[in-house]
Amino acid sequence: MEKTWNNKAWFLVLPVLLLVAFSAAIPLMTVVNYSVQDTFGNNAFFWAGTDWFDDILHSARFWEALQRNLLFSFIILALEIPLGIFIALNMPKKGIGVPVCLVLMALPLLIPWNVVGTIWQVFGRVDIGLLGHTLAALGIDYNYVRDPLDAWITVVVMDVWHWTSLVVLLCYAGLVSIPDAYYQAAKIDGASRWSVFRYIQLPKMKRVLLIAVLLRFMDSFMIYTEPFVVTGGGPGNSTTFLSIDLVKTAVGQFDLGPAAAMSIVYFLIILLLSWIFYTVMTSSDADN
Amino acid sequence: MSFSWMAWTLPTALFFLTILALLIGMSIWEYFAPGGSPRVGILRFETTRGDRLFISLLGSAFIHLAWLGLIGPNLWWALALAVVYAIGVFRFV
Amino acid sequence: MARAIKYKPAGNFSWLVSTIYIIFLLLPIYWLVNMSFKENAEITGAFSLWPQNPTLRNYMVIFTDPSWYNGYINSIIYVALNTTISVLAALPAAYAFSRYRFLGDKHLFFWLLTNRMAPPAVFALPFFQLYSAFGLIDTHIAVALAHCLFNVPLAVWILEGFMSGVPKEIDETAYIDGYSFPRFFVKIFMPLIASGIGVAAFFCFMFSWVELLLARTLTTTAAKPISAIMTRTVSASGMDWGVLAAAGVLTIVPGALVIYFVRNYIAKGFALGRV
Repeated sequence: MEKTWNNKAWFLVLPVLLLVAFSAAIPLMTVVNYSVQDTFGNNAFFWAGTDWFDDILHSARFWEALQRNLLFSFIILALEIPLGIFIALNMPKKGIGVPVCLVLMALPLLIPWNVVGTIWQVFGRVDIGLLGHTLAALGIDYNYVRDPLDAWITVVVMDVWHWTSLVVLLCYAGLVSIPDAYYQAAKIDGASRWSVFRYIQLPKMKRVLLIAVLLRFMDSFMIYTEPFVVTGGGPGNSTTFLSIDLVKTAVGQFDLGPAAAMSIVYFLIILLLSWIFYTVMTSSDADN
Repeated sequence: MSFSWMAWTLPTALFFLTILALLIGMSIWEYFAPGGSPRVGILRFETTRGDRLFISLLGSAFIHLAWLGLIGPNLWWALALAVVYAIGVFRFV
Repeated sequence: MARAIKYKPAGNFSWLVSTIYIIFLLLPIYWLVNMSFKENAEITGAFSLWPQNPTLRNYMVIFTDPSWYNGYINSIIYVALNTTISVLAALPAAYAFSRYRFLGDKHLFFWLLTNRMAPPAVFALPFFQLYSAFGLIDTHIAVALAHCLFNVPLAVWILEGFMSGVPKEIDETAYIDGYSFPRFFVKIFMPLIASGIGVAAFFCFMFSWVELLLARTLTTTAAKPISAIMTRTVSASGMDWGVLAAAGVLTIVPGALVIYFVRNYIAKGFALGRV
């Protein structure tokens, strides 16, 4: 749509701007201020310069948490995006099945995140959980409290359980918007199932896939509540992601300076990666 | 209400004032030369002036972090490098 | 969903994929529901696929204790406040983004999105300080405002998509007919994007309802959300699994109700109106 150039439109944006500036700009500036100072409480601050940044960049704990988080986000995207597309392609397109599928699939998205954690914490327990108990009965040694690999698998499966539906619903919304004529044309041409997917369905899903990838990347990179409830970051530090590490520092040890410096580094990484995703996908959109 | 908890310091205040000045400067530039001079640079996608400023600032932040992590705490050299980088971005991207 | 889409599904077993996926989704939820109807002794003692001695005790505990059920009321109050504020603020902004080009519009849009990207953990501490300075700690409005951080950008994003689908000629005709901007917006434009407003409200509800970290940080007693109260079930005598499960089940109910009411818009809404 042709848009007219009109700077008065700024007045319409003003409420949002003020609201978000209040919630974002002031806290962000505060975090920057904290990151260069040391405090012992009572609003007494001492200049610390770049010491905290220096500490973070040379702390093995931070790099390990970052690697874990990147690996986690990568696994999540690699599992949820293809799985979501696959399920969306196989969903019913009409009839009673449609609302039933939509409502049931959207259910995990509306559950408070710590309840999601609780559900899986209980579900996976060997003594009282269905999953843990069944695996134990099958003779599989599974214990997410003790074994780092089991903890990882539990957290990943939990996230797939929690969020794949978002990808499914986004892709499904893209699919139902494809006019019938496209499929008829493809049928006349004798197009294979694969080429229908590649040249009709995938391009139509491109925009919603951008949203899906962006949202899933950002949220998996910021994940806190669910793994915290299930594993508390353990066993050891094996599921301590960046957010968990950050909250441990900020609230647990009340180290404002290091926590603020870590927040900034963390935020910059998210900003860079999200900007790359956003740019790559919107500019490839423009090419078509 | 008191805002002492924001813990302002002169350097951080200067930092935010610089950012603000940059934004105001960009608006004035835009006022006199509207359109943002979009072009396709060495990154092979279209950027406007504002995009180039964003790339410069984000890049500068990482230059400073890299300098701190790999070389040492004297960040004036990192700042000089960041300025060179920003000029490069505005020239070629 | 009125449009019938006809093409041959991937195979005759395509229904199997959805079914298996839904079973996978429902199993853990079933287990929680199952536990909520059991006595603690049965939960920890005998392993059973359904309650042997079904009991409502766990639910009675919640419905008779104000410190439990107030948690639900608190959550619902701040979620409703947040949804209202987010949608009302986002409406004019989304109109501006969908109809006009203005100085710095694209960067403003990306800046809004960056707030969706900011980890709540980063903001928890300065938020606490900020709201303390305004004397808002432990109020519903504090949580509602804090959740605006990620809900307002999302609402703008969704509404902008829906508004771009409304032809611009409608605006122009209305202005020629002598409508002022506010009157046009409320009388003509908003009814046209009613489903978009519903979808935006749904998403705001969803993200405000499920968030815990900020809600917990900004409240102590009077406005504490239910999901934070759940942690109380660890007592001296051990874990009260039954009540924990019942509380969890009850947090799922409002979400399930909301989904049921918007089921016909879900697919459209997830496309954010743009496709």
